[in-house]
Amino acid sequence: MKHSLSKQIAIGATLATALAFSVSALAAPVAPNYPKTIGDGEGKLNIVAWEGYAEDSWIKPFEKETGCMVNRKYAGSSDEMVALMRQGGGAEYDLVSASGDASLRLILGGNVQPIDVKLIPDFENFVPDLKAPPHNTLDGVHYGLSYEWGPNVLMYNTDKIKEAPTSWAALYDAKYKGQITVPDNPIQIADAALYLSKKDPSLGITDPYELNAKQLDAVVALLKTQAPLIKKYWALASDEIELFKNGDAIIGASWPYQTNTLKADGAKVADTIPAEGATGWADSWMLSAKSQHVNCAYKFMAYVSTPAVQAEQAIYFGETPANLKACEAMDKADPGSCAKYHLDDAATYIKQIKFWKTPQETCSTGKTDCTSYTTWQQKWQEIKG
Amino acid sequence: MIATFQNAYGMAAERIALQLRRLSAGLWRRPALGAGLLLAPPLSWFILIYLAALAALFISAFWTIDSFTGEINRSWTLVNFKTILTSDIYLRIAGRTILMAAAVTLTDVALAFPFAYFMVRLAGPRSRIVLFTLVLVPLWSSYLARVYAWRLIFAHNGALNWVLRHLGFDGVEIGYTNWAMWIVFSYIWLPFMIMPIYAAIERIPYSLFEASQDLGAKAWRTFFKVILPLSMPGIVAGSIFTFSLTLGDYITPVLVGGPGSDFIGNVVYANVGIANNIPFAAAYASIPLVVMGLYLVFARRTGAFDVM
Repeated sequence: MKHSLSKQIAIGATLATALAFSVSALAAPVAPNYPKTIGDGEGKLNIVAWEGYAEDSWIKPFEKETGCMVNRKYAGSSDEMVALMRQGGGAEYDLVSASGDASLRLILGGNVQPIDVKLIPDFENFVPDLKAPPHNTLDGVHYGLSYEWGPNVLMYNTDKIKEAPTSWAALYDAKYKGQITVPDNPIQIADAALYLSKKDPSLGITDPYELNAKQLDAVVALLKTQAPLIKKYWALASDEIELFKNGDAIIGASWPYQTNTLKADGAKVADTIPAEGATGWADSWMLSAKSQHVNCAYKFMAYVSTPAVQAEQAIYFGETPANLKACEAMDKADPGSCAKYHLDDAATYIKQIKFWKTPQETCSTGKTDCTSYTTWQQKWQEIKG
Repeated sequence: MIATFQNAYGMAAERIALQLRRLSAGLWRRPALGAGLLLAPPLSWFILIYLAALAALFISAFWTIDSFTGEINRSWTLVNFKTILTSDIYLRIAGRTILMAAAVTLTDVALAFPFAYFMVRLAGPRSRIVLFTLVLVPLWSSYLARVYAWRLIFAHNGALNWVLRHLGFDGVEIGYTNWAMWIVFSYIWLPFMIMPIYAAIERIPYSLFEASQDLGAKAWRTFFKVILPLSMPGIVAGSIFTFSLTLGDYITPVLVGGPGSDFIGNVVYANVGIANNIPFAAAYASIPLVVMGLYLVFARRTGAFDVM
């Protein structure tokens, strides 16, 4: 037994790395284990949420009402959310406000458990398409409770562009060279795929998140013609706001949040959903498979599904609630906001939106010739150079 | 009673003092042991935390991830390195990063040398303090604040274009380009170049300048034959800072870079943060390690480590 020092270091390092990367042994959807009723709160709730999703104005009343003290951890990306929910064996956090591009990974990774929607009184008032959407429901089992949603829109400077663009083609138009901005995010490939699916039907793109290698190549080729026209790929919403404010960009892919913020600042901007439709996000609250505070978690989900909280959240962030009854509360807080965020025509408006989901190798048809998110990420790097 | 206690206390203290004396005498007789004890904490930190982290980085570079569940697949493969070496884009990004680091280093040498020379030879004691302060003051403010400031200067309707337009010129579209990155990097790392060059020039005895002149050398000859060679270690020391700081940066490209401005650090960040592909990030992160290793070997030959 004579180990050289370097060998010992190598062994130690291997062990340390193995520990750091230790993952749950089983990776399969968790079977239902519903509580019969919501019992007394455990006094504590740990949640992972998008910034702006757990503001004091609605969290404090919840804490007072239920005695469940809410520990908030804000995450900056879907991948961070997935990582946080897997951290420490998955028992550290109870709830997560996962977007559609994270939710399936959490379900199939066995990190979240089914939710009994019968315990959520407001569930019956949800937009029909959000009761059991494919990004949070698997074979009729609800692994997530829909929360808020919104479209990715086409934003433009109304001073420089007098007529509202009607097509995403504007983002590929050489006349805006050096004045276009789009998000720095591989999921942006889906936006281009959606546009191509209408522009070039011969490619046979039916779902912008399910692209075979040939379709992906066509989309990437389109995005490569866009790259020289781009002023900047924005990483943060505040980046895009600054680009529009300083006149660096006059048209770009955006969220309603940026339009609202810029308008509030007096900037001349507007946004639109072009004829091809739009991609968008739909968030769900998901319950950790190892949650230690299940009662508080159910209390929280029931609370944030109520019209009042849904309306408050929607206006704060600039998005649309899942609860149709929130319309009245929205108009009360900000007259006209129910129509502004299309909650009044949600059932039809939602059909225009192709919600984010994780691209996988297995297509929904069962064939395995679709391209995965890892491939998208590498292609995205190729596109932006 | 108290006396007994004091007595016992005094004896105990004496015994401890005696043992301490023996210990120190023992250490004095065996200097290697003393040095070993002194070095043990930093050394174990270095080995256990610093080197182990690097080793973990290298080991995970040979793994892959399951593309959907994002879990690590721990079977050995060279596929990550193959992807890097056979793909245009990853090689281009590495090349861009290294070229930018080199360009920034050369720019900073060109700017810092006259400045440092002025501080050593021409400035009086009081103005030297003022200059020192001017060089160091930017380091007191946040790096982010300074980069953001440049972003506002370069913006379409920013300070630079405001000035240009008032002077009757056309504005320039320099914001969000590699030119913007080059200027910002050169600005941010300049103090790290001025300081070592200052130290190097200060160590050149003035008599050498006089000797060179007495022997009939003109100013440029004195510069190339005397000053430049003797201050070379300072230049190389500074270049280690500017080169490695640029090589490892990923925030400036995000903030002031445009399309086609990604650095090695951005690819690593995207693979850790967005794609959750830690093995690939680890493989790519080994490129700057190798580049910097080669650079340090080169730097050592020039004696740069003597003035640091």
